Amino acid sequence: MAGATLSAPTTANGAAAAQATQQPTSFTGKLVIIIPYTFLLVFFLVPFFIVFKISLSQVAIAMPPYTPALDFSGGISGVFSQLKELSFDNYVFLTEDPLYFNAYVTSVIVAGISTLLTLLVGYPIAYGMSRAPATLRPTLLMLVILPFWTSFLIRVYAWIGILKPEGLLNQLLLSTGIISEPLIILNTYTAIFIGIVYSYLPFMVLPLYSALEKMDYSLIEAAQDLGCPPITAFWKITFPLSLPGVLAGCLLVFIPAVGEFVIPDLLGGSQTLMIGRTLWNEFNANRDWPVSSAVAVLLLLVLIIPIVIFQHAQARAQEQGR
Amino acid sequence: MNTTWSRFNITSVTLGFAFLYLPIVLLVIFSFNESKLVTVWGGFSTKWYVSLFQNKALIDAAWVTIRVGLISATVATVLGTMAALALTRYTRFRGRVLFSGMVFAPLVMPEVITGLSLLLLFVAIGLDRGFLTLTLAHISFTMCFVAVVVQSRLVTFDRSLEEAAMDLGATPVATFFQVTLPVILPAIVSGWMLAFTLSLDDLVTSSFTSGPGATTLPMKIYSQVRLGVTPEINAACTILIAIVATGVIIASIVNKRREVQRQRDEQAAQRG
Repeated sequence: MAGATLSAPTTANGAAAAQATQQPTSFTGKLVIIIPYTFLLVFFLVPFFIVFKISLSQVAIAMPPYTPALDFSGGISGVFSQLKELSFDNYVFLTEDPLYFNAYVTSVIVAGISTLLTLLVGYPIAYGMSRAPATLRPTLLMLVILPFWTSFLIRVYAWIGILKPEGLLNQLLLSTGIISEPLIILNTYTAIFIGIVYSYLPFMVLPLYSALEKMDYSLIEAAQDLGCPPITAFWKITFPLSLPGVLAGCLLVFIPAVGEFVIPDLLGGSQTLMIGRTLWNEFNANRDWPVSSAVAVLLLLVLIIPIVIFQHAQARAQEQGR
Repeated sequence: MNTTWSRFNITSVTLGFAFLYLPIVLLVIFSFNESKLVTVWGGFSTKWYVSLFQNKALIDAAWVTIRVGLISATVATVLGTMAALALTRYTRFRGRVLFSGMVFAPLVMPEVITGLSLLLLFVAIGLDRGFLTLTLAHISFTMCFVAVVVQSRLVTFDRSLEEAAMDLGATPVATFFQVTLPVILPAIVSGWMLAFTLSLDDLVTSSFTSGPGATTLPMKIYSQVRLGVTPEINAACTILIAIVATGVIIASIVNKRREVQRQRDEQAAQRG
């Protein structure tokens, strides 16, 4: 039954896929590929190789502050002699210093918990939106997207005034007598959780909503007619059908959250340890470019599996025509 | 479909929106605070807005931000639209997997990595950090968002329209500009707006790739926030929010009108 409903959009777009031109034939057709391709190669892929290369260099008091610098003036033999100077010392350093290991582990755990919390907060919102009257839905959708258009920095900043010891939340709780002493939330991991859930909520709600909105609710009616209680129907029908949305939403929150800088920096204070902030400090305060490059390479290794899953999900969604 | 909007659903949506909007509303309210304290209400005042417009460093930063945003969003829209066309129209060409990877990966790539890698590229090729490097960096991370927005419109595009135009003798280029472009234009416009706001907002990538003389507004706000929360920053934020909100609301009204018009035209065409 579920298979029948799911296959409907696929067949509708199967026709469109069959129309698609397979290979570019004209000169302009090739240009449409070559121009963005070259740009992305130069400004996305090549930089990663440079990061990797510098992560194998040593720090030096010079500009640029690392040695050997990327320099082709010495010809082939010059490049080879430079290659010999490369070493994995920075990576050894990262594994020996528990600070970095702890920062990676903490970042993954904080991002994981925040992702689950975002799912818990986002699911009821997306579900409620998908059941709203059809005329109201575009407005609700716009209201979810709107905060996304306002600055990330501003939205994080707004929470400082709320969470401070003398902030608005504590004022409210103290005046109503719920607590007798101000809660310390700012500069703790709790503040980071709040910040991530708040900032990334639209990323969770949108894919969940688009999965839930497509769902055929006659399935639920059928289950209820056959005597299935609503909660069982939810777990057996609604939730499994929304899984693509759950996966997309979780990846959209988890991956950037691991390397998040602004939220831990502004809300987490100096006590909390996250890798994005470690990288930033290593680079801006310690000016150690090779070590911060090594931190970046390891961060990318941690994230490569979720990124590949995300990319596959995206490519599949695109081929099915969302 | 007969949906009854249950009390549970109404409550969860209402609470969700309260959570999304309350912090922003509070921030706007306290930008009109007479008191220097951001959290204690001392009466209504617009003095922070006055002092904001006398802050030359902030105005300069705003000007840099807008120029970078306009240039990078425009270039990113052209490149992103091309990338979207390449991905939807050509299902087979050499290196397509790598290409689609490079389009999708930046959407989730942590900004510290993007920023660091771009900076190291600029240093390696000997490009001085400043306005140019800032703009290039913004193009490279915003073009992928444009590509995704335009692509989602292109997959539902009815290609028989293009075939009809070509059968009638239009060249592929003419077909694109006269048939395809008008249809996907709303997606291109929203792609541009997304690129522009992402550029306006960006802090991390900008901090890595910009140099002296090219400080953006988020960088300025960030350095002031680190020193403490002041109503002046609230005022600056409120102005930014107002600009973005007005733009988005106008765009959605225009979109809705166009949609209604299109439906009316279609109905008329069917009747005729």
